[in-house]
Amino acid sequence: MSQLFFHSLTQVRDLLRAGEISAQDATSSCLERIASTEPMLDALLHIAGDEALTQAKAMDAQGPDAAQPLWGVPVIIKDVLATIGMPTTCGSKILENFVPVYDAHCVTRLKEAGAIILAKANMDEFAMGSSTENSAFKVTKNPWDITRVPGGSSGGSAASVAAGQCFASIGTDTGGSIRQPASFCGIVGVKPSYGRVSRRGLIAYGSSLDQAGPMTRTVADAAEILQVIAGHDPKDSTSVNAPVPDYLQALQNLDSLKGLRLGLPEQYWGEGLSAEVDQACRSAIDLAASLGAEIVPVSLPHTEYAIATYYILAMAEASSNLARFDGVRYGLRSSQAQDLATMYTRSRSEGFGEEVMRRIMLGTYVLSAGYYDAYYRKAAQVRRLIRQDFLNALGTCDLICGPACPTTAFAIGENTADPLQMYLTDIFTISLNLSGLPGLSLPVGLGDETGMPVGLQLFAGNMEEAKLLSAAATLERHLPRLPEPPLA
Amino acid sequence: MKISPEKALAIATLARLEISPQQAAGLGAQMDDILGYMDKLNELDTTSVEPMYTPVEQPGFLRADEVAKDFDRPDILRNAPESDGEYFIVPRIV
Repeated sequence: MSQLFFHSLTQVRDLLRAGEISAQDATSSCLERIASTEPMLDALLHIAGDEALTQAKAMDAQGPDAAQPLWGVPVIIKDVLATIGMPTTCGSKILENFVPVYDAHCVTRLKEAGAIILAKANMDEFAMGSSTENSAFKVTKNPWDITRVPGGSSGGSAASVAAGQCFASIGTDTGGSIRQPASFCGIVGVKPSYGRVSRRGLIAYGSSLDQAGPMTRTVADAAEILQVIAGHDPKDSTSVNAPVPDYLQALQNLDSLKGLRLGLPEQYWGEGLSAEVDQACRSAIDLAASLGAEIVPVSLPHTEYAIATYYILAMAEASSNLARFDGVRYGLRSSQAQDLATMYTRSRSEGFGEEVMRRIMLGTYVLSAGYYDAYYRKAAQVRRLIRQDFLNALGTCDLICGPACPTTAFAIGENTADPLQMYLTDIFTISLNLSGLPGLSLPVGLGDETGMPVGLQLFAGNMEEAKLLSAAATLERHLPRLPEPPLA
Repeated sequence: MKISPEKALAIATLARLEISPQQAAGLGAQMDDILGYMDKLNELDTTSVEPMYTPVEQPGFLRADEVAKDFDRPDILRNAPESDGEYFIVPRIV
């Protein structure tokens, strides 16, 4: 049996519940792992070690509570989600000293379920990036190879889960920011349907795209977390008021995929896909077929327009959302200003990094008079076509399946000089956010060239997370288990 | 070239950002590159397509309009760069 910190969430939860380990054991194990791996990984921005241990001690004094599904389980939260009394920076200098006065809704849910919040995870500034190189504070490394990126923007969360620093992390996904780093780090990442998990306390980047979700080492762990964080929140007007199914029930029968129609979009399996990703994903598809799934070809004909569509909409929403950072109510205020307008301008320019400035400027441009119809409205129209592609495809299959990313994790510095090149790496993940549908990335093996993890993506119809989890857990059970990352 | 350095400076001003002339040239060129790529959308005829601004298209959910106190003033003001304990303080306006 591997060390405690590499147990799955469900294993550790069961040990806690049975009283075989204490909440302090679980917490100390993670904190020791953090102490030994953090100098190499730089996955975390704030570690609340003392608070976590104090809380664990108090919980141990009370004893396990079977009504709390995550009793004593240490988790790490992406630093874009507000945590009461704990710094929440979004990876930005402009929020370096910001301490929220309320918890994000999903953080409240985790706490109510008995989870212990250990730390806040590094990220691309305001979730703008695909590599975690855009953090104002540190560059997170991939636990499988510290010369490579962990992906982004939830790169700190992915690296921390893969390295055994916690049993689960909450990431956020605006254009793939849960699924792409999950794929790069060899873990499971779920982007729930838009509206399934409340966005309250998720500091907004693209409000019509953002969604928080679980990042874990197993599919069952993701189901446990989703069960806790999903559900209606009256304080988020886009939160969907629909019953939350029993996701754990969906994991009961994992023997076969008989009756499942798996749609392979032709646009996801051709040009631009690296040979090792293609190979690893195709053998997982072969496995699905051998388990009884019917493999059917589908088409998502507007895929080639997704990157342009996404970046226009995301940047427009970002320029509007980030207008709130003005140095008045919270965050950095420049000391170099005598009048109000200069104070706004200087504070924002000193506080925001280059990629954030670039996106705000592009967003401002596409929303400005004379360009609004040509860019923003046009992109919103193409967005509908992209969603219709998914709905059409899902009319002929149960789940859509493709690689999560064209390559395995790239080298640190490889894509930083050319922002457009970095955007193009998001090709397989962003359409899903435009459509609002749920998706999951599952580790299916290691690439035979780089030895880095490869993720397979599954997409389902609106609110059909249970279908995703069930198919992914079945594949996971029949796939060889990934080794632990070769981190000392 | 759509985004000249002058244009980049003008956009920055609109967005309440301050950039140097040197940054303006670099950002302008990158924006040009990115916007050039986005022009790809013009290949599609979208004349009769209704724009989709959000995946949740049913009417928004509204809470009852009830007075509630969620936060205390000192807690909110604790994050302010400058306050007098009652209000946010900003540089003189008039």
